[in-house]
Amino acid sequence: MSNASTDGELIGMPALETPGEIAGPGAQGPASVEIVVAYGFWIFLLSDIIMFSALFASYAVLSGETAGGPTGRELFDLRRAAIETLCLLFSSYACGLGSLAIDRRRLRAFYPCAALTFLLGATFLGLEITEFAGMVAAGAGPTRSAFLSAFFALVGLHGVHVSIGLIWLVFMVAQVAAQGPRDYVLRRLHCFSLFWHALDIIWIALLTLVYLMGSHS
Amino acid sequence: MSTEKRPDSAPGRARDRSSGTIATYTAGLGLALALTAGSFLVGKTGLFWPPGLPVGLAVLAIAQMGVHLVFFLHISTGADNTNNVLALAFGVLIVSLVVGGSLWIMMHLNANMMPAAAAAEMMH
Repeated sequence: MSNASTDGELIGMPALETPGEIAGPGAQGPASVEIVVAYGFWIFLLSDIIMFSALFASYAVLSGETAGGPTGRELFDLRRAAIETLCLLFSSYACGLGSLAIDRRRLRAFYPCAALTFLLGATFLGLEITEFAGMVAAGAGPTRSAFLSAFFALVGLHGVHVSIGLIWLVFMVAQVAAQGPRDYVLRRLHCFSLFWHALDIIWIALLTLVYLMGSHS
Repeated sequence: MSTEKRPDSAPGRARDRSSGTIATYTAGLGLALALTAGSFLVGKTGLFWPPGLPVGLAVLAIAQMGVHLVFFLHISTGADNTNNVLALAFGVLIVSLVVGGSLWIMMHLNANMMPAAAAAEMMH
């Protein structure tokens, strides 16, 4: 074995003498680490969304089972839901601008974007926690009815994801500050921004099914 | 490893300037805001025929998810995106099976369930 072994020989294909001769995906050998990491994280996100789909299904089935307790129409505050949505959308936007900045190694633009992402996410979380606390105080806790159990499980799990995302963001900013925009730090940040954008998609489904349909049914 | 440019692209990858700029993120934010405002307004103004409201809201929500996928997660129809799109398609299949199947089964169960009063009568 000499150093002549190339990517092509490793996977049992003839080495590419003239690039461009073989077309199609995989023709140029294994993908780079950056591609593989993001693809693996994409698979994780899809499986996370599938987990959410089970809770969405149970909420949709149980949303009418109020056991004589308060209904969604009485409980939900659409103005609060609108503010929460704005927080998440602008947080996602700030996160996107932050990833553009860090990809161009512009740390001075990255830190304000990360701070804005964190603040808007934390505002969302604060609004959700006060909503939950108000509902529990008004006797509409998760033990009141099947509808409320499903509600707290579904919305609460999204809230847990947002909390995990905020902790992750703090760690990532610390890593950027301590180690600089190295390749592995950028890969982790890239996974974080995928996570943060995917939470928006779940929130849109949640807003529509729980808050909007619940208030107008 | 050679350093030549690879044909595949990762979901959400913004390093390649063609897949993400401030302009595309801003366009995505604008579309998302417009669709969100739309979902709030159709409920408030009674613009939709009331029995069709859930369907209308679902359409707006799915459109907004599409906006997020394209503008924020950079899922595209390009040849380099095949893997990501295939994984997404499988995810959508499973999600629709779980949600649609649960609703379908539970609605049939509810429809076939004997009313409580009739069940109590049979006990005597």
